[in-house]
Amino acid sequence: MSARRIFAGPARLAAIAPYLWMVLFFLVPFGFVFKISLSQTAIAQPPYTPVFDFTEGREALAAAFGQLSFDNFRLLISDNLYILSYLRSVMVAVTSTVILLVIGYPVAYGMARLPRRWQAVAMVLVIVPFWTSFLIRIYAWINILQHDGLLNRILLALHLVSSPIVWLSTDTAMYIGIVYSYLPFMILPLYATLAKMDASLLEAAGDLGASPRQAFWLVTVPLSLPGIGAGALLCFIPIVGEFVIPDLLAGSNSLMVGQTLWLEFFTNKDWPVASAAAVTLLALLVPPLVLYDRLQRRQLEGNS
Amino acid sequence: MPLLRIEGVAKAFGNFRAVDRLSLDIRAGEFFALLGPSGCGKTTLLRMLAGFETPDEGRILLGGKDIAQALPHERPVNMMFQNYALFPHLSVRDNIAFGLRRAGMARGDIATRVDEMVALVKLDGMEKRKPDQLSGGQRQRVALARSLARRPQVLLLDEPLAALDKKLREGTQAELMELQRRLGTTFIIVTHDQEEAMTMASRIGVMDAGRLRQVATPRNLYEAPSSRWIAEFVGDINLFSGEITSRENNRLKVATRGAGTLVVSELWPPVSNDVVNVAIRPEKVKLSRRAPASEEGGSQAINRLDGVVTDVNYLGGVTTYKVKLESGAMVRSSVANTARLDIDAYLAGQRVVAWFTSDDCLVLEQ
Repeated sequence: MSARRIFAGPARLAAIAPYLWMVLFFLVPFGFVFKISLSQTAIAQPPYTPVFDFTEGREALAAAFGQLSFDNFRLLISDNLYILSYLRSVMVAVTSTVILLVIGYPVAYGMARLPRRWQAVAMVLVIVPFWTSFLIRIYAWINILQHDGLLNRILLALHLVSSPIVWLSTDTAMYIGIVYSYLPFMILPLYATLAKMDASLLEAAGDLGASPRQAFWLVTVPLSLPGIGAGALLCFIPIVGEFVIPDLLAGSNSLMVGQTLWLEFFTNKDWPVASAAAVTLLALLVPPLVLYDRLQRRQLEGNS
Repeated sequence: MPLLRIEGVAKAFGNFRAVDRLSLDIRAGEFFALLGPSGCGKTTLLRMLAGFETPDEGRILLGGKDIAQALPHERPVNMMFQNYALFPHLSVRDNIAFGLRRAGMARGDIATRVDEMVALVKLDGMEKRKPDQLSGGQRQRVALARSLARRPQVLLLDEPLAALDKKLREGTQAELMELQRRLGTTFIIVTHDQEEAMTMASRIGVMDAGRLRQVATPRNLYEAPSSRWIAEFVGDINLFSGEITSRENNRLKVATRGAGTLVVSELWPPVSNDVVNVAIRPEKVKLSRRAPASEEGGSQAINRLDGVVTDVNYLGGVTTYKVKLESGAMVRSSVANTARLDIDAYLAGQRVVAWFTSDDCLVLEQ
């Protein structure tokens, strides 16, 4: 059957629908943001110039176009406030991803080795937190971590500490929040690759003289690399842009990009700089996204 | 002392007794086949030899040493898996070298051994490929080379040819036999395909419900089955139930319900029960238009059965006939098509005499 036959009629609509979605809800808004990032801030409504007015003729439009500049991007590079918050975002994302992997891998491994029936139960347990709003769960953590919260009361009751520990507004609290929130996104892809791994491969490794430990490092880990990659990127990418968790749980002395962006936009009302920061963040996330896409594709090809 | 002695080995999964107090000796250099219907416990037995299952009771002595509780990586035994279980992330060369590296062999020796194995299974030029770049037959060879690379004392093969198509399977059978003869390694193969077991093995153990029903050479298994169950499981057979009426001159006379009185040569050891089955393989039942002269049987008695041909199946090399006797019983006969033209063929509806000698049939207890 030719490609033309496949993409005829309703099938063609189905094929272009995702692209239509991308254009309407990603490319067009991104175009607006990109345009604002090239504008100058102004005390006006909207708070930037120039404004493209398509009713004032071609010359006015050309003049407006001439006012666009990359000044905001230069500002981002020259002011180390932005550079530091980008660095911090990447650092936080890398650290969190490593912690997530260290916790998520054993959990996924254990799940994949459960009897079939219990695997479904374990899966539900991993997903169940999503039934509660994300924000409510983070507020619950504030409750647990506060001065007279559950965690401190348990530690005091067990005589592990003599006085309450300050958890809130620390990086520790932020990491707890991030790891807690993103753990399912690490576990699920890892579980998916580990569960479909052929058990006879481990038997073969044992048969050929590998101890269980060697079999794990020589067979299980290399074969779960696609899952490790998918899980890591699925966590890393959104954590870089994370705003709510650091804002609610971390201290205010160093900011992640998401927070800087929020500050520029809502507090300083500097839409152009905020837009430039957003565009830069997106540009930073393109390489890991491409990597993720390539991993996914390789896995699909591997399965066919 | 045999190379491998299995002594009263049992394994149960819950209430299901997969292997039930089974004992078996296997000599060094043998090509032994475990044959049986699915669920008979043959794979469980093989997995206990490899160390993937631990026996609930009994001993497995390899060269005099009990390995029943040893872990897989501690045994001088290797297995070729039914699905080959090749490591998908490793090349052909690394798959074959996997076991050698674990054994701590020197790098140079590994390279030499891998080259040797690659040549042995005729995979030259494929060393760098990954398993998914190989055909089914090539994968089978990699699996074989990988399991032989460590020079195991015993090679276990779990349905090694099941995934291959018929033509390839026949060629591979011959290659496996040739390889086994050349290396002198003891092979234990698990199969449900009796033709495969007959072709390759020097001895066959037939398993059913966790026990060995008979251990014999292919010829003895076919020509001297120890029970009715074996006779029906291995090949095709005609059975007439009846009662022994006389025993003289090493000959039994059996009064059967379907085929009158039949004369059977006495077996050793003699059957103790008088209620028996007379069993005769279809290719030993001859057909003729007229009653055969008694000289045709030589010194043996001839059993003659009159009947009418009801079914004719031409299968190429042989033609199988079904003959309905006057009693209503059916006899199956298969006749080799030794002539190209059909002068010897019988037609459905034709009256024939089906006959066989007293040596060609045997009695089996119920």
